[in-house]
Amino acid sequence: MSTTPRMVVDDSVPRLPRGVRLVDSAAQGGMVLLAPERVFKPDPIAIEILKRCDGKATVAAIADELAATYDAPRERVLGDIKTLLGSLADKQLLEL
Amino acid sequence: MAAANGQVLHKPLGLLAELTHRCPLGCPYCSNPLKLESRADELDIGTWARVFREAAALGVLQVHISGGEPAARRDIVDIVAAANAAPLYTNLITSGVGLREQTLAALAAAGLDHVQISIQDSRAASADHIAGYQGAYARKNALAAEVVRLGLPLTVNMVVHRANIERIEEMVEQALQLGAGRIEIAHVQYYGWALENRAALMPSREQVERAVATVETLRGRHRGRIVIDAVVPDYYARFPKPCVGGWGRRSLNVTPSGRVLPCHAAECIPGLEFWSVREHSLQAIWESSPAFNAFRGTDWMPEPCASCPRREQDFGGCRCQAFLLTGDARATDPVCHLAPNHAMMAELAATQADAPYVYRR
Repeated sequence: MSTTPRMVVDDSVPRLPRGVRLVDSAAQGGMVLLAPERVFKPDPIAIEILKRCDGKATVAAIADELAATYDAPRERVLGDIKTLLGSLADKQLLEL
Repeated sequence: MAAANGQVLHKPLGLLAELTHRCPLGCPYCSNPLKLESRADELDIGTWARVFREAAALGVLQVHISGGEPAARRDIVDIVAAANAAPLYTNLITSGVGLREQTLAALAAAGLDHVQISIQDSRAASADHIAGYQGAYARKNALAAEVVRLGLPLTVNMVVHRANIERIEEMVEQALQLGAGRIEIAHVQYYGWALENRAALMPSREQVERAVATVETLRGRHRGRIVIDAVVPDYYARFPKPCVGGWGRRSLNVTPSGRVLPCHAAECIPGLEFWSVREHSLQAIWESSPAFNAFRGTDWMPEPCASCPRREQDFGGCRCQAFLLTGDARATDPVCHLAPNHAMMAELAATQADAPYVYRR
């Protein structure tokens, strides 16, 4: 029985599980994350990360891409990604 | 944009679609009204499909397909397919009794996103007694296992009251073993059938305090394995619940015959004028129906709500509860410790009796 949050490592391959969908809602003014009986409005950075959680890209690869796209320090981007994905996994919104 | 009463108009996020009031179970806390709608008055699939499309256009993201037992509708698979096409995130809220395995597989293929199954207790004899249906517990557990086998996400809904409140830890363990990703520990809310049975269902203050602490402990213990959501027991609370997230603000409810309500209990309030999807578009109802505008925003509030810093946080509490307990739907929910008649809550909660249940029939 685990008492610690799910560990996210560089090699983790995150994906949205069945029942969790990132959709574009014109009526609600942008991207929303739909989950069992819950709705989240992710911030712009979270949206960019979630879009890349396709079950193929590793966390390291996502960090490489976002650091290059946004000209940001890779280590900080990697840390932010791990924090976000760990928190989403705790809420059953992500599989690793 | 503004609603017809001049208040800020939000876009709804959720639609509760009550397909039918028919149900094989007789739970004494059923949230359906005391006067159930008949099968002959149920909306047809074409109307539901239109309602789902209008809901999606209005901003609704998720539809909760409920009842009664929604699987009592023979066209349940087509209804779910229509909701999926709208497009809406589709959640099936089922008793698990009367839903066959092949129907469940067809629902999964039709795009169903999530299933919530109610289980009345972690022990079979008690669960069947509460549901008023022999064998319900076994069938629910079998169907829950089938949901997981099909790869659909599962929520187990456990309604908690005096007869089972001591077994929350066991309930969570059961949900984990079934493979649920989420469990709702829902303390009974006293409307309709539950109000009829209040004395028989009401737990003691000590039981409620232990239950709240247990849920906190279990959340920490099972973090990352299961989400534990709780519907709080408000008779012992200091602040009222923000019922439906604010009247006419986040959600709407369509009854089996097509009446559109701000919340599922709203028909208990006399004098409200509800519009039907048979005569109006969902958008017209959301913006202009008298029932939706009756308590939208904050202008309707009396003191102490009107000047309360929490007025946009708990919205004066629940209008149905205010009416049922005080006779005035505009009153501050008596659950609030600032309400003039808050003292009645302690008296009502202390009225407990081991009377036989009045089953929903």
